[in-house]
Amino acid sequence: MNVEFYEKIWMWVASALLVVFLGAIFLMAGLHAVEPPSHIETLDPEALSAHPEFGNPAVKIQPDGSVVVSVVAQMFSFSPDPIEVPANRPVTFRITSADVIHGFEVVGTNANAMAIPGYVSQFTLTFRQPGEYLVACNEYCGLAHHRMVGKLVVKKEAP
Amino acid sequence: MTSRHSLAGAHIGVAIAAFGLASAMGVLQALSIADIDFPQRSDLLYYISVTAHGVLMALVFTTFFIMGLGYVFAQETLGRIRGRVVAWLAFVLGLAGSAIAAYTILAGQSTVLYTFYPPLQAHPLFYIGATLLVVASWIWGGVMIASYCSWRRENPGVPVPLAIHGMLANIIIWYLATAALAAEVVGMLIPWSLGIVKTVDPLLARTLFWWFGHPLVYFWLIPAYVLWYTVLPHVAGGRLFSDRLARMVFILFVLLSVPVGFHHQFADPGISAGWKLAHTVTTYAVLYPSLVTAFTIIASLEVAGRMKGAGGLFNWIARLPWGDPFFASVALAMIAFVFGGFGGAINAAYAMNTMVHNTAWIQGHFHVTLGTTVALTFMGATYWLLPRITRRELRFPFLARIQPYLWFLGIALFSTSYHIAGLRGLPRRVYTASLSGENAAPWHSLTRVAAVGAVVLFLSSLSFLIVVLATWWTGRRTEALAFQFALPLRPVTSLSIWDRFGLWTVLAVILVIAAYGYPILSLMSHPRYGSPGFKPF
Repeated sequence: MNVEFYEKIWMWVASALLVVFLGAIFLMAGLHAVEPPSHIETLDPEALSAHPEFGNPAVKIQPDGSVVVSVVAQMFSFSPDPIEVPANRPVTFRITSADVIHGFEVVGTNANAMAIPGYVSQFTLTFRQPGEYLVACNEYCGLAHHRMVGKLVVKKEAP
Repeated sequence: MTSRHSLAGAHIGVAIAAFGLASAMGVLQALSIADIDFPQRSDLLYYISVTAHGVLMALVFTTFFIMGLGYVFAQETLGRIRGRVVAWLAFVLGLAGSAIAAYTILAGQSTVLYTFYPPLQAHPLFYIGATLLVVASWIWGGVMIASYCSWRRENPGVPVPLAIHGMLANIIIWYLATAALAAEVVGMLIPWSLGIVKTVDPLLARTLFWWFGHPLVYFWLIPAYVLWYTVLPHVAGGRLFSDRLARMVFILFVLLSVPVGFHHQFADPGISAGWKLAHTVTTYAVLYPSLVTAFTIIASLEVAGRMKGAGGLFNWIARLPWGDPFFASVALAMIAFVFGGFGGAINAAYAMNTMVHNTAWIQGHFHVTLGTTVALTFMGATYWLLPRITRRELRFPFLARIQPYLWFLGIALFSTSYHIAGLRGLPRRVYTASLSGENAAPWHSLTRVAAVGAVVLFLSSLSFLIVVLATWWTGRRTEALAFQFALPLRPVTSLSIWDRFGLWTVLAVILVIAAYGYPILSLMSHPRYGSPGFKPF
């Protein structure tokens, strides 16, 4: 194909730009496992109340000191609320929905995942900054969607 | 209206009516988010209007405008539309489907947004109406292909006019994309909303939706690109810099615009990180044809400036017809796309997406892309089309001249504010930015700025509607104006690899199967529990 000299240069520059973008993503994914939440696990959304974990969603400290938070999103609240977790320890969130699709976003942090009925979203984060955080539903779920908020409290650990 | 263009005129008329209605809803939504009170403001009307705004803008306005534009190109570059009667039937079908769906939305029975994620359950007629609109667009695609085949028989061995090349690429993408939509809506949602099946799998539905949902944005964008490549250089007084590269660009879209949907599902469970990464690669690859387009179009404009005598490095920019409403619309649409494109690269950036996912950033993003790059190009194209299809002079040319600048100002205020508010965490699509009353501080003032931007956008829409309606009804009759398309700097006279639509379609199908086959099979192989419908509206 007969391509103008300057256009050829631009096409190489454009390719290089995309290689750099993708390279950065692959590097972070490969070296530090920086990935979106992609857990695969299913459950029956119509039998949540009888579920051993999500029947009574709560914060549980594991024997190794790590923290697991089970969250049920439903129209129009999160349980548990508030969620209390220690600072500077890995916290694994496990989230599902009891009815429609919701979002679980902890404002000002990297916690942001979908709560889909029948599926469990899971990701792990460490909160460095003690304090109160707003949890907001960020997927439209009905007429009170904007009122669907909760609280996450990150507590300073006892020395 | 001339009878040659009555089909196009009817489609564009419906598109603009949908646009007008949706704009009025848009400004009320922005006021509501910013907590600015007005009579009748309620959460019920807010979420109804978000649904109506999305459906009317993203599905009705765009689809009807694109169908109308396709008919103009077929008539003017191929000299024919094959199957006018069928085309009129499709028009009636699409209009009826849109009206039925719109009725169920306005009646408050389908407040499910334009993404209609189950288990939110709309009225069955919402899904059926949307299906009729899509079927109408399939028939339109068939009419366009039949017109092309008829032309091809008379013109063997000659490259098809570039505008049709782009539209054919778009039609192939549309068939590949809407196949998934049909599977979702006809295979899952219609039987479920009628009570024939009790439950559906929400994740499978979302996956099929985004198989359709991302190519949908290219379905909007490619006709805008066709206008940039084939009309803009002529209006600017120049030449198309490279015809063959334009053909390559459209073919790359055929290949790459469908197998990318997981970048809308980064935050979803049930899809493995590896497949999300694979779709990230294709998503970045599909930026490439847009980057090539940026060069070709700007080079074409430089040619225009130089043909008008510009000699310096940059003074060709000043020689361009900034007072022409078509030119100004498209030029501003392209500037917006610089931000839209790089914003899109951020959204697609795999893990970085978590910063912006489902926040107001996304609202900011698609109002610079669909809401400006595409919509402003279509408004500008209307100023170019209307005198030609109605044989009437444009009324209120001054209003037409300032309207694109007003739009750009509005979108700059609106989208910049929402981008920043999103980074601060404001969830998208909320009736009030105060949420349940607290914690609104980091974004509240930004939503006020966005509301000012929305008012400016609405004034711009009104100006556009006034010019269009006044021209259509009271414009002074003129002689037939020619549709002139840009001449390429180096005309292409022979067919190349980029003209082999059959080959590229086969490759595109293979890519789609590669991108979706395994993930969907694997999704369906887990024990799955469906969801019954919910109507929290």
